[in-house]
This record gives sequence, structure tokens and C-alpha cells, in this order.
Amino acid sequence: MKMKFGIKEVVATGIGTALFIVLTNVQVPFGIVPNTALQSRVAVITFFAAVFGPVVGGIIGLVGHALGDALFYGGVWWSWVFPDAVFGIAVGLFAAKYAIKEGGFCTAKTIVLFNIVQIVGNAIAWILVAPVLDIVIYAEPANKVFMQGVLAFIGNIVVAGVLGTLLCFAYSKIGAKSSGLKKED
Amino acid sequence: MARILTYAEKNTWIHRLCGVTKLTFFLGWSVIGMLTYDTRVLMTMLIISLLIFKVSKTEWKQVGTVFKFILLFLCLNLLTVFLFSPYEGVKIYGSRTELVHLFGHYTLTIEQLFYEFNIMLKYFTVIPVVLMFIVTTNPSEFAASLNRIGISYYIGYSVAIALRYVPDVQSDFIKIKHAQEARGIEMSSKAKLMTRIRNMASIIFPLIFSSMDRIDVVSNAMELRGFGKHKKRTWYYSRPLKKNDYLTIAFVICFAAISLTITFYDGSRFYNPF
Repeated sequence: MKMKFGIKEVVATGIGTALFIVLTNVQVPFGIVPNTALQSRVAVITFFAAVFGPVVGGIIGLVGHALGDALFYGGVWWSWVFPDAVFGIAVGLFAAKYAIKEGGFCTAKTIVLFNIVQIVGNAIAWILVAPVLDIVIYAEPANKVFMQGVLAFIGNIVVAGVLGTLLCFAYSKIGAKSSGLKKED
Repeated sequence: MARILTYAEKNTWIHRLCGVTKLTFFLGWSVIGMLTYDTRVLMTMLIISLLIFKVSKTEWKQVGTVFKFILLFLCLNLLTVFLFSPYEGVKIYGSRTELVHLFGHYTLTIEQLFYEFNIMLKYFTVIPVVLMFIVTTNPSEFAASLNRIGISYYIGYSVAIALRYVPDVQSDFIKIKHAQEARGIEMSSKAKLMTRIRNMASIIFPLIFSSMDRIDVVSNAMELRGFGKHKKRTWYYSRPLKKNDYLTIAFVICFAAISLTITFYDGSRFYNPF
């Protein structure tokens, strides 16, 4: 586990949060159910959590979502802020296994592991945490919030699965170049 | 992109309050708003929020577009609540007073209307405070106040960097978007769903990779200046607490105690007039 929180992590958290905030309203909505869309910012948190670990992922989710909501929509929906933090932490927990910066994200095994983690993380965040918080905090009807949760889950696994995987793969390729020297015989 | 809320410098007593006071107030207010469902408490909170909003001299043009967006979102949300569970209010308040039969098994009841009115109030009590917090708090001071309430300065500094780089990242985003549009990529809603996802990727990839370079540059600069050498740091924008700050913090604590007592006095967080 990458639990270290040094200068690089401070800056990564800051810039990652800024990206998350800016991409708040860059989304492709689907259906009529409010608050559900293919959100491009999910790709940001997935990628940063996978590269920099659970602390960075968690803070980007928490601060990015709260500030993004506040700056763009003028309200903070806490029941949907915490799931993003949960998701960031979940993906980040296995950051050392993906070894993205070391160029390890090129094998089928890592990509499969990454996607399993991503799907499980999204399931915990959006099918469990978000609806439960919606019921506890806002006392909204159960069937409505689970419906929204499932839609958010589907949207987010698509974005994290497609864009997240491609980002990690591409960055791993670039990162690998620096250690691409071979020892001469 | 013009819709984003920003800090505006003015000279009212709310602007003069410390960032840490406003942050405490905002967090406390959110917690009360989350816990209570008591109509009387929510009404009082709404009135106080509106008063604060008035005192902060925020103009309509600063928040108007955002506000309209919230209203639209709120109406959609209330409508969905009704469609998914037309008798949620009946279940909560334990009585049923029918008003009009609409269609199918949808009947409008007073309880449901009252319940949805409460949801609306719940959203509205927090919105003016959030708007006020954003438009009256200097971003640099906000980071300093995070450190003041006990959060590690590393994290406080991360938030400071985030707020500092939002405009930069935003201008990068717009540049990349225009460049891609110039190459003939359709960004508007006219394109098909799959095409739009691919187009989204064509902006996000360059944006994230250029940000990764920026992370290197900024973290090298901070390392050279010895960031993180000591356990504590000082903040350029941090100010000592004054009389008004203590009064505001005392007010929010008292208000929390009173409203939570009223809310949970009868064992339920709902106020039942029926």
C-alpha cells in the first residue's frame, strides 16, 4: 500500500482536485432521472487514485466533489460526496499492485485486477453508501435512491472501465520509457 | 464556463469574519441541516440563511444562473420522488388525507405535499449559506482555516493548490476543447452517445497528461523551497479571531444544541402536524 503523503502527493491531490472540479459539468447525461450521467471527472479520480494511492484518491473525491458541487451548483449533497471518497480510497488501496509509474500496467492480469477493484469499489460506493446516506440524511424513498445509485454505478463503471483503463495504460507506457534502458551484454 | 461561482471582494461584516469562522459555521449549518427534518427548525434556518445572504450584499448577477439551475434540479428531484413513491409522506406521518386522484394509483395527499415541502426546505436552508461561503471567503484564507480547525497543513496546502489551479486547468481545458473542435470534433449534444464518449476522451487525455507534467514542475519547485521540513507552518492569510468571530461560533453551537433538542424531543426527526 502507498500510504506515504509527501510533496508529490500534496501537489497531485491539489491538481487532481482542480481537474475534478473543472470537469464537474463535463458530462453526458442519460435518461430523465436527475443527477445521473456519464461523468468525465470519474476518469480523473480513478486515474489519480490508481497512480498515487488511497489518500490522494480519497481527498480528491471528498474535497473535489464538495467544492465542485458548491462552485457549480451552490449546494453540497453530502450523501453523494462521501461515496466518491470511498471509491477513491478503494481504487487507491491497490495502487502498488498496478505499478503504473513503473510501467507495470501493460499486462492483462493488472488490467483485470484494476477493473475488478474498480467495479467492486463503485458497487460499494454507489449501490451501498450513496443510497443509504440518502435515506439516512434526506429520508428519500428507498426505491428512488437505489434506482439513482444503480444508474450512477453503471455510468461510473463505464467511464472508469473505458477511460480509466486507457489513461492508466497510456501513462504506464510513457512512464516505462524512463526505465527502458537495457544492460548491455 | 462563466457559470462558476467566485469570490468577490466586498466590505461587509461577513467578509471581515475569519475564514475559520465561516468554515465552522458552514460545516455546523450543514450538519444541522442533515440531521433535522423538523419543519419549524428548517423554517427558522431558512429565514436566518436568507438574512445572512441579505447582509453579505451578494448580488443576483453573482448567483442568479446557479440559482436557476438549482431550482430546475430541485423540481426534477421532487417530481422523481413523487413518481417513485407517491405515499412516502403517508408512511412517515401515519395518516392519509387525499386531495385529488391523479391517474393510475397516483393520488395526491396532503402528507406527501408536506413531506416534499420539507425536502425542498432542507435543500434551501443550506444553499444560501454555501453561496455566501463561496462568494465571501478568500480562497487562500480558506486553506489557512482548514489548518486552523486541526487538519494537517499538507492537506490544507493541497486544497490551496486546488483552488489556485482551478482557473489554470479551466483555461487549459478550454484551449484543448477549441483545438479539438478546430480539428472537426463535435462537442455539442448533436453527436451520438458513443461518439460523445470518444470525444470526451480526446479532451481528457491531453488535459490529464499535461497536468501530470505540471505536478512534476510544481512539486520540484516546492521541494527546492523546503516544503514540509517542519511540523508546522504559518499562513500569509491567517488572521486572529475577533469578537464577531467568537460570537458567530457561539451562535452556531447554541443554535445546533437548541434545534437538535427540538427535533429529537419527541423521539422522531419529523415534525408531525397531522
